[in-house]
Amino acid sequence: MREAFNPGDRVRTTTFDPPGHTRLPRYARGAVGEIVERAGNHPRAEDRARGLPGEPQPVYHVRFRASDLFGSGDHTVTVELWQDYLEPLTNHDGNAAP
Amino acid sequence: MSGHHPSAPIAGQVRHIENLLEQRGVIAPGEIDHRIDALLAGGSPLNGARIVARAWTDPAFRDRLLADANTAIRELELSMGGGEELRLKVIANGPGEHHVVVCTLCSCYPTTLLGPSPTWYKSDAYRARVVRDPRGVLGDFDLELPADTRITVWDASAESRYMVLPRRPEGTDALTETELAALVTRNGLIGTALV
Repeated sequence: MREAFNPGDRVRTTTFDPPGHTRLPRYARGAVGEIVERAGNHPRAEDRARGLPGEPQPVYHVRFRASDLFGSGDHTVTVELWQDYLEPLTNHDGNAAP
Repeated sequence: MSGHHPSAPIAGQVRHIENLLEQRGVIAPGEIDHRIDALLAGGSPLNGARIVARAWTDPAFRDRLLADANTAIRELELSMGGGEELRLKVIANGPGEHHVVVCTLCSCYPTTLLGPSPTWYKSDAYRARVVRDPRGVLGDFDLELPADTRITVWDASAESRYMVLPRRPEGTDALTETELAALVTRNGLIGTALV
């Protein structure tokens, strides 16, 4: 799978709630963040855990503002996320999220 | 979910599953213990401390470490170990900038460089709180940062493992690399303490 995002890109995490394990922490679901850095290519951990082949896909460090995640806090949280968890921000989203 | 719970029901469940796997020949008797021993062999915060001391005394090494930690630590004959080597990301504290590491989903940790993780690192309380209120959690560790210090929490949610490069303390210009390494603490490498 090709890398869809570059450092500096703004992304939104998926809100999909899978039936099993996911490595997208619940607190970071449906949140807007910024790609910080690429972190290699790996099959998703939830696929490997089920013994599924799982094609390697890009992984990124994604930085979120605490105020966007929790409604308060002046810190940031950097989460490492597979590309499947991320959607590009549309213009509309970009306007809504400074 | 991990945690420190030797007497909790989950510990019994794990033993039961381990017994079943052994009875059915999926794993050899004692294999899990052997694997854990192998994982921990050679793992010590002294390794992380050596990396930090080298970065403090060799700016070019520091640059290489922050750009590609896996390659840089081979200069110290260290590696992340394992069959498929885990990616190591070293994050540097600086003036007005502080980093702290957590694994909110389980207990991912750079064991080869820091040794076995402390019990609090695996606790539900640390994992749940530090992403929401790092200042409050760091305060519990008696670490009060200036109000204008930017804090970044790193959640080890995938394949990378994180280690913090603490700031070199003032007044240590005369120390050797070995003496500097002796100043570095495990908590300093996690980000719950300064050095």
